[in-house]
Amino acid sequence: MKSKLLGTALLVCMIAFVPGCGGSEEGAPASSQSGANDGNTTEAIVAERNLSPDDVRAALLTYQPSGRIDDYIMFASGGHAGQVFVIGMPSMRLLRSIAVFTPESWQGWGFGVGEDILAQGNIAGKEIRWGDTHHPALSETNGDYDGEWLFINDKAHARIAVIDLRDFETKQIIKNPIAINDHGGAVVTPNTEWVIEGGQYATPLGWDYAPIEEYNDSYRGSVTFWKFDREKGRIDPDRSFAMELPPYWQDIFDAGKLVSDGWVFGNSFNTELATGGIEDGNAPFEAGASQRDADYMHIINLKKAAKVYEAGKFTRVKGFPVISLQTSIDEGLLFFTPEPKSPHGVDVAPKGDYIVISGKLDPHVTIYSFKKMMQAIADKNWTHDQYGVPILDFDAVVEAQVEVGLGPLHTQFDNRGYAYTSLFLDSQVARWTLGGAYSDLHDEPDWSVAAKTSIHYNVGHIAAVGGDTVNPGGKYLVSLNKWSVDRFFTTGPLLPQNFQLLDIGGDGDKMQLLYDMPMGVGEPHYAQIIKADKLKPWKVYPEIGWDPATQSVSPYAVMPGEERIERNGKNVDVYMSVVRSHFNPEHVEVNQGDHVTWHLTNVERALDATHGFAIPAYGINLSLEAGEALTIEFDADLPGTFTFYCSEFCSALHLEMTGYFRVKPTEVAVATE
Amino acid sequence: MNQALKKIVGPRIHPDEWAAHRGRYLLPSVLLVLAAVMLLVSIFLPYWHMQLNAPQYPGGLHVIGYVNHLSGDVHEIDSLNHYIGMRPLDEAAKFEKATAVMMITALSLLVLGAVFIHSKWAALLSVPAILFPIGFLVDLYLWLSYFGNNLDPTAPLSSSIKPFTPPVLGTGKVGQFETVASAQSGLILAAAASLVIIVALWRHRAAYKPLVDKRTEQSSGDDSPPQKSDMTD
Repeated sequence: MKSKLLGTALLVCMIAFVPGCGGSEEGAPASSQSGANDGNTTEAIVAERNLSPDDVRAALLTYQPSGRIDDYIMFASGGHAGQVFVIGMPSMRLLRSIAVFTPESWQGWGFGVGEDILAQGNIAGKEIRWGDTHHPALSETNGDYDGEWLFINDKAHARIAVIDLRDFETKQIIKNPIAINDHGGAVVTPNTEWVIEGGQYATPLGWDYAPIEEYNDSYRGSVTFWKFDREKGRIDPDRSFAMELPPYWQDIFDAGKLVSDGWVFGNSFNTELATGGIEDGNAPFEAGASQRDADYMHIINLKKAAKVYEAGKFTRVKGFPVISLQTSIDEGLLFFTPEPKSPHGVDVAPKGDYIVISGKLDPHVTIYSFKKMMQAIADKNWTHDQYGVPILDFDAVVEAQVEVGLGPLHTQFDNRGYAYTSLFLDSQVARWTLGGAYSDLHDEPDWSVAAKTSIHYNVGHIAAVGGDTVNPGGKYLVSLNKWSVDRFFTTGPLLPQNFQLLDIGGDGDKMQLLYDMPMGVGEPHYAQIIKADKLKPWKVYPEIGWDPATQSVSPYAVMPGEERIERNGKNVDVYMSVVRSHFNPEHVEVNQGDHVTWHLTNVERALDATHGFAIPAYGINLSLEAGEALTIEFDADLPGTFTFYCSEFCSALHLEMTGYFRVKPTEVAVATE
Repeated sequence: MNQALKKIVGPRIHPDEWAAHRGRYLLPSVLLVLAAVMLLVSIFLPYWHMQLNAPQYPGGLHVIGYVNHLSGDVHEIDSLNHYIGMRPLDEAAKFEKATAVMMITALSLLVLGAVFIHSKWAALLSVPAILFPIGFLVDLYLWLSYFGNNLDPTAPLSSSIKPFTPPVLGTGKVGQFETVASAQSGLILAAAASLVIIVALWRHRAAYKPLVDKRTEQSSGDDSPPQKSDMTD
């Protein structure tokens, strides 16, 4: 009852701005005379819904009245949904998905839209139509998000996709020629010169066959540095290269920044070189890869590696330039240092001075000093692993260790000298203090835990506003929880993931849980959060006839008055305009066996005037946004009468927006000729 | 100079008279020049604006009329208008838009010309410019009326929208759209130019009527040529 009264008092304070509402419990009854007509109503709602003061506060902080736009935008991966999700914060409203590796019929992706881009991701001619997106990376300028591009990896197939944030569409999918799976990406360098993609489970480079007995000699890890051509908005594979790594199962990478700009850090979790085989009585991977007390953090001199690549000191695997492990050792490109075993997360602090690694199976986060690493390298303070890679002395490079709790995974940062680490086993998020240059920003002792908040449940990654940049924003943090268990209505045995919003703007010891957002459309791994005003999306395509694949006017754009059907032998070209509420032409008749090339242009200029274009039985469904021009091609192999129609409700006469596609059977066509 | 032309051009001002009452003769000329300039400037300013408000268009749709072109959400308004069978807006007043700059320039030159005419003919030269803003609105009304009353009978919504004339100024209603039409800076400037011309002509009459009357008296009493050539204009 006490909490209810407090809740009411708080609510009335916040809504009515009653002066002198000092939190005394007597204030609550007084509030009914506060003059606001709905005073009793809100009070009644708080009581009826059994809301605590914290609940009321959380509601007031996250509710967006209709038409109010969120201050922050989160880009979350979709896991094996193969997509990216765009979420407004703090309201935690799903704004849209961005189709990437997986066909998605609302956007037409894979149903006539984006076919060429999806085909870039085919593997040795095999059509791959799903992906496992893990780590989105917003493009950066000077180490801060610039809101122009988004990169995302596909763990299942070692692919990277490039998304243009002017129209939120995928523009490129690039298949890694030497790795068959990845996990260490996408990560960008501070000016997006490079998009980093680390392979995960070792295979022979180029994933050629080799018996598992040859694991130590034939199987390898890798990290690929993709050159991003910002002008063209595409990764340029001809200026990209990879580095061969020992088969230690590299997990994730992060790029250095500011003082550590030009360096790249990664971790690994199978320095045991376990090869599993539970079926033969061997230790399964989960045990075999967890035997040693330490694995190796990877420290890579990317700046120097790029020079080595430019000097031609590489071999080619499947035609792709790879700096061999021996060259990396000889040129001083690669160093290791011990890290707590089976780690997760390798996160560079905002000033680039510290690298934080979570033990996963160790209750500590371990903080390494970049300066000390450079000193150890200068001092040659190292031993070697079995492949000859220098291992820097742990004590020489470590700055601090903080006991944060069980199952620490990933770390993010804010603007007040705090770091945040997800605790998988404890189902908590820990806030702890950084020392060194961050010491003055907080009141607590350096390298100590300041607060913990329980989440629900099994947190993987966390994402704070700009939490991996040189300029973190604080304010909010999202815990990306793998299990929701009892948080939502049970939707059968498959339950949604749970995104939980935490308020990290308050006092050091407070970190209130504000909101639960069910993610019932995918299994996101990581997310990045950008201030909404840094994004400059187009409202409609810049000109009528815009081809989003080239971001220029299509040579096949159809302006009003130019609609026509051209026949050239068995090739039929349809030039169609699309507008509320008709297609022009409305009748398209071809002969069975004709090859049909269909050019469509949405000639609308109004915000949100999207049209669909669906042809049944031919697997076609397009989303044509205002100004967009698309071309589809297919063989009219199935005779019959097909009703094409606008599949996106566009106007009062949407139902009438239809037409007939008639395919004359060969025998009829011959007879009528 | 023949007599008729002299009569039109009107009397010249004697230097003594000019020296004595310079302001009296200067004022109408200055006002006429000002009006001509105002009219010329209006070419570059919007004359008319119509806002169409409907729930699904927060902020409304806008069409802005200049003397020689339309701007704003013309594309969107046209695509909506096809439902009721209205022709594309750009098909309206094609001749007027094509010749407007030339016509306004001509009107301004006539007004400038009136500066040199010291008879009641000056008023005649200025009349087109005075009437121009009204002419603009009348023309606009006729086009709006023509467009609103000549809807394509086969249009999708032809049975639910009756022919109508959107108001030239003020508010109206078409389907779910409320229309708000208003005069813009160009038209206001042109109307102000009309008023300035009227004031100028009033002062013109006050200044020159006595001279004209005087000459008429002289010519009726004496057929001698007008005063010597030391006239000024």
